[in-house]
Amino acid sequence: MRKCSLQNLETVFEKISESMTLYIPADTKDGADFTKWTKGVQMSQALNTNRSAKDFFFPQTEDLVEFKTEGKNIEVIDTRKESEDFAVFGVRACDVKSFDILDRVFLTEPYDSYYATRREHGVIFSLACTRPAETCFCGTFGINPAEPGADVSMWKTDSEMFFEANTEKGKEILKKLESVTQSADASDVDGQKKKTGEIMKKLPLSDLSAEKFGKGMTSKYFDSPKWRELSATCIGCGTCTFVCPTCQCYDIKDFNSGKGVIRYRCWDSCMYSDFTKMAHGNSRNSQTERFRQRFMHKLVYYPDNNDGMFSCVGCGRCLNKCPISMNIVKVMKTLGGEDNE
Amino acid sequence: MQKINSTMLIEKAAQLLENGTADRVLGWKKGEFDYDITPAVFNSVDQIKKEFVFGDFCGANLSKYLVKETRKGDGKVAVFLKPCDTYSFNQLLTEKRFDREKVYAVGISCEGMADIFKVKQIAGDGIVSVSSDGENVKVETLYDGEKTIKLSDVIAERCINCKSRKCVAYDELMGEEGEIIDSDRFDMVSKIESMSEDERFGFWQNELSKCIRCNACRNVCPACTCEKCVFDNPDSCAQNKAPADSFEEKMFHIIRAFHVAGRCTDCGECSRVCPQNIPLHLLNRKFIKDIDTFYGEYQAGAQVGSRAPLVDYTEGDIEPGEAVMKGESENA
Repeated sequence: MRKCSLQNLETVFEKISESMTLYIPADTKDGADFTKWTKGVQMSQALNTNRSAKDFFFPQTEDLVEFKTEGKNIEVIDTRKESEDFAVFGVRACDVKSFDILDRVFLTEPYDSYYATRREHGVIFSLACTRPAETCFCGTFGINPAEPGADVSMWKTDSEMFFEANTEKGKEILKKLESVTQSADASDVDGQKKKTGEIMKKLPLSDLSAEKFGKGMTSKYFDSPKWRELSATCIGCGTCTFVCPTCQCYDIKDFNSGKGVIRYRCWDSCMYSDFTKMAHGNSRNSQTERFRQRFMHKLVYYPDNNDGMFSCVGCGRCLNKCPISMNIVKVMKTLGGEDNE
Repeated sequence: MQKINSTMLIEKAAQLLENGTADRVLGWKKGEFDYDITPAVFNSVDQIKKEFVFGDFCGANLSKYLVKETRKGDGKVAVFLKPCDTYSFNQLLTEKRFDREKVYAVGISCEGMADIFKVKQIAGDGIVSVSSDGENVKVETLYDGEKTIKLSDVIAERCINCKSRKCVAYDELMGEEGEIIDSDRFDMVSKIESMSEDERFGFWQNELSKCIRCNACRNVCPACTCEKCVFDNPDSCAQNKAPADSFEEKMFHIIRAFHVAGRCTDCGECSRVCPQNIPLHLLNRKFIKDIDTFYGEYQAGAQVGSRAPLVDYTEGDIEPGEAVMKGESENA
């Protein structure tokens, strides 16, 4: 384990920036967001960023390919720019877990080379939580916010930042940082880990259990009359899906630039009326069906296809951002019944 | 005046179901915490007694739900409307978006709603409970124990600039009818108008570049009730799911502001729901201010059936060229 004083954190940022672009959570007037580090940009104290770290690997819009026609010839151009190495600093345990969930979608057949390139070029410095919010429920999905993982785990105390490498990539970058860090004892952060564990038990959502959900539960919940009640006032916007670190649906569209066609992809939302619209029409015509799709995907369908792994990480962004304050916690408690509370 | 509280509304809602005035009630439902209130349709007295709630975090405007709700069956739906919601209610009626006969509207007086993000900014994260007595807000947090803050410090922007506490539509009123207020709501618009062209462009470029195109502003807007929005229609040339470039991200919001011009009642729901905190209501207020300037004061939703200046030709109407010149000289 390595460490540096918080006053010297900037030298760590400088060192990382020598070899790659660095993004850190920085305060804006609307809360924290990952921001490209340049000298003087301060690291935010906020618990989490407005937008999740998913954006680094799966951006909201991305050009895939360009077609140019001349007479009867079509030229197909790979518009991808050679990815550069980058580091993301201060990713919380929930968002770190979201990368596992996304990897299982994008890095299995059909392999997504756009996503893969970014994963290969990105180094993740995670950061342990010490002050989780009332909207946090990562514990429900077995995530320990005091052991955040990814390439390098970090723990921040009042005066120091601690670093522990978890992967080869992590070891490599910590080696580069040797000149600006000192060696430390792993037990230095034991106290903090224990304290966070105690806080986790006191969180209002600490009792939320996912036990009643998971693989093989489709028939149990699909026809529940509760979906209608839960979705009754859903306004059908895409907020929950777009702030979610694990939502991974996208649409592919062609844009006619006049000189050719650019094929791009952009995030899609199962809450939208034209989601998965096909030649025959739409498979989910009501908001209730679309609403059900989102939560069944997180709690049942994804686990069905991924050894029981849920595709919610309990980051709480949807709890904070939904215009009508409807969210996965309320869905789990309503579907799971009183005894789940 | 007694402030409207949960108990009063629960009693009223239950009564309306029991005496057959309505067969369902549109109201607000308790959340996991004290502030995450969800609009809900209540079908039974039992459910009302268990889950109905009213308080400082019931900002959601329920009027738009009537479009969908009145299409279900023949029975009546009872709805609770705060003063600003009654303007949306009237505007929807003007546009014939729902059947008035199927609604029983209860107007409720309101002194402003709290903004939980302001509470969090002052009290910090980890809010275990939050309650107010109409003057002070008591917040209990995981890390700093109990804190008392002034309700006036956490009132939502749209309520600080409230245009009217008057309920303009109802079958029954709870509390006082309220007064139209002389607000400072156009101050920020004037400030933006007085910016240089570059500054103003920069201001909106910066704000709108945050847009993630979640459509929350549009979907919550009581003036946006098209059966199929042009931005959702794959057969239109405007459909898109993401702001593809800086032109696109501005176009969506500008088109929307134009489309609701003269119909927007300034309820402020667009800015309340924006997950990116874009002050979208300022675009609409600019239109309201211009309409006031060019055609005389007009408040959408003040009456049912009023003809908005933009859709009502009169001989005295300002000529387009004159309007442009007036706008330019004012901003010079």
